[in-house]
Amino acid sequence: MNSKSRNKLIAAPYTIWMVGFIIIPLIFVVYYGLTNDKNVFTLDNVISFFNPIHFRSFLKAFKLAFISTLICIILAYPIALIFRNSKTKKSSFIVYIFILPMWMNGLLRIYAWLTLIEKKGVINLILTYLKLPNINIVNTETAIILGMVYDFLPFMILPLYNSLMKINDDTLNGARDLGANELQVFTRVIFPLSIPGMVSGITMVFIPSLTTVAISFMLGGGLYLLIGNVIEQEFLTTSNWHLGSGLSLVLIIFIFVVMGITNKWTDKDEDSIII
Amino acid sequence: MENKLIDLVNITKYFDGEMVIDDLNLSIKENSFVTLLGPSGCGKTTTLRMIGGFLIPDKGQVFFDGKDITHLPPEKRQLNTVFQKYALFPHMNVADNIAFGLKIKKKSKSYIDDKIKYALKLVNLEGYEKRDINALSGGQQQRIAIARAIVNEPKLLLLDEPLGALDLKLRQEMQYELIRLKNELGITFIYVTHDQEEALTMSDTIVVMNQGYIQQMGTPEQIYNEPENAFVATFIGDSNIVDGIMIDDYVVEIVGKKFKCVDAGFGKNKPVDIVIRPEDVIIVEPNDEKAILHGRMTHVIFKGEMYEMLCVTDDGKEWLVHSTSLHEPGKEVGIYVAPENIQIMNKPTSEDEAAIDPIDDEAEE
Repeated sequence: MNSKSRNKLIAAPYTIWMVGFIIIPLIFVVYYGLTNDKNVFTLDNVISFFNPIHFRSFLKAFKLAFISTLICIILAYPIALIFRNSKTKKSSFIVYIFILPMWMNGLLRIYAWLTLIEKKGVINLILTYLKLPNINIVNTETAIILGMVYDFLPFMILPLYNSLMKINDDTLNGARDLGANELQVFTRVIFPLSIPGMVSGITMVFIPSLTTVAISFMLGGGLYLLIGNVIEQEFLTTSNWHLGSGLSLVLIIFIFVVMGITNKWTDKDEDSIII
Repeated sequence: MENKLIDLVNITKYFDGEMVIDDLNLSIKENSFVTLLGPSGCGKTTTLRMIGGFLIPDKGQVFFDGKDITHLPPEKRQLNTVFQKYALFPHMNVADNIAFGLKIKKKSKSYIDDKIKYALKLVNLEGYEKRDINALSGGQQQRIAIARAIVNEPKLLLLDEPLGALDLKLRQEMQYELIRLKNELGITFIYVTHDQEEALTMSDTIVVMNQGYIQQMGTPEQIYNEPENAFVATFIGDSNIVDGIMIDDYVVEIVGKKFKCVDAGFGKNKPVDIVIRPEDVIIVEPNDEKAILHGRMTHVIFKGEMYEMLCVTDDGKEWLVHSTSLHEPGKEVGIYVAPENIQIMNKPTSEDEAAIDPIDDEAEE
């Protein structure tokens, strides 16, 4: 047996997985998306993405995903920087604490949020005890954004941390040596070198935020239909698989475009992300 | 007398409670090429980093051109560093790397362009402006690192084992490059290395360090020919170190035989350490009247430029001999050493000095 055919054999389970769970479903989505209930080819489903009802929910999802990605960057950057600079043995332990929630079921995490922020939730209990005015953010956009940030923050911290860890200490010393003060070291060396990590962080936060179903449903109380919820409804409530698939198709293409753009900045060897 | 450019006064530095530099005093003259030489962990890099501003001494002061710069951050010091692993900026091309310091200082574009051209010419990499840093070889990266430092016209260039990552041939080439650069620029170089050959080739002053102390400071010739103690003698080149007794001025007894020497003032019947370089051990015919010791050749290794041989004398002592003429193992020989080649050193007296083991584990890496 030559090495080529042996490689094929070893790859077989993966190939079967790819075909069975990625390619075939995708073919179904394309098929349903481009036909109507009489199985005749049509572009109506795709075009109806730009129908104001659907497009508005897409824009809303885009806005919330954008804001939560931005908040994730703002929160994750200092955390990643602190991790990088604390060169102790403990730092990898602290990193694990931050990614620990990722190992928990996503729905469970959202329920945890709910118990914190709901009207008679933990936060309001404490506020009442301290005789402070209660917050009322459940079923608002703020709650959805908070949920997204909480859910996806580790996906921003990790790639950022990875790219910051790759910077050699002497590269920074070199910048100081050449006259750069600490701010200039950051803007001219640290920040540009962290862009690949930030970009993969953005893809990993923005895309799941854009397509989320559970977070908007549970923390938004069904008041905020995001594009993910619209698609879900077409499949589960209205049973219009053709429309749901059509909307999905446009969303997939949009995501491909986003990833194509961001790929320009990603490191080719940015594969060291631990999940 | 030239000016003192760097003056380290009573410097002490601890790492995690352990003392790595102990009360170090060192003056470096303007326009000299000084090498800090020693095994790893001897404090040479720590010393360099305190001059560069990346470490602050726990005690003592650093003076630059007469001004106290002990607590001045690195960006405010009029010196530049070339790091061991080059430390170039991987997201910039060659020209941007070289221009980094000048852009921070807000120099004009034409000034920067001229400087880049000049620096690339100086390091023999003309036309490399637009190259990607990651596409350069180790030797080229190191040249860019030097170019990046010298465009800022520092008074002092610190080099932290800059040739450590290069292969032997390239390293030797770069040694001559560095000497040339030093002469063309007319600035002071402080160079850190554990490679004694590098130190002997390039420096006009060598500072031999071990365990946070300066063992000896002097010209390469002084360090090699007149080592002050056993550590320096073993660290710099090969040597025969034997116990001896200073019988009187100009007479020393080694393994029971009296040798003439050129040293005086040690007192009478005082135990001393004696260094004899292997190339100074002269093999003669056993019946030659010059022969002081007698023995038999035991081993020969051909080293290219000379033979390295071992001779065991009648008292059982082994002598390392370097010579261009071959003396076959088994041959009965006599040994003669010229008086000026017998280097007498005081035995270590204080506890600190006694702690200095003559180790050279890294010297020939």
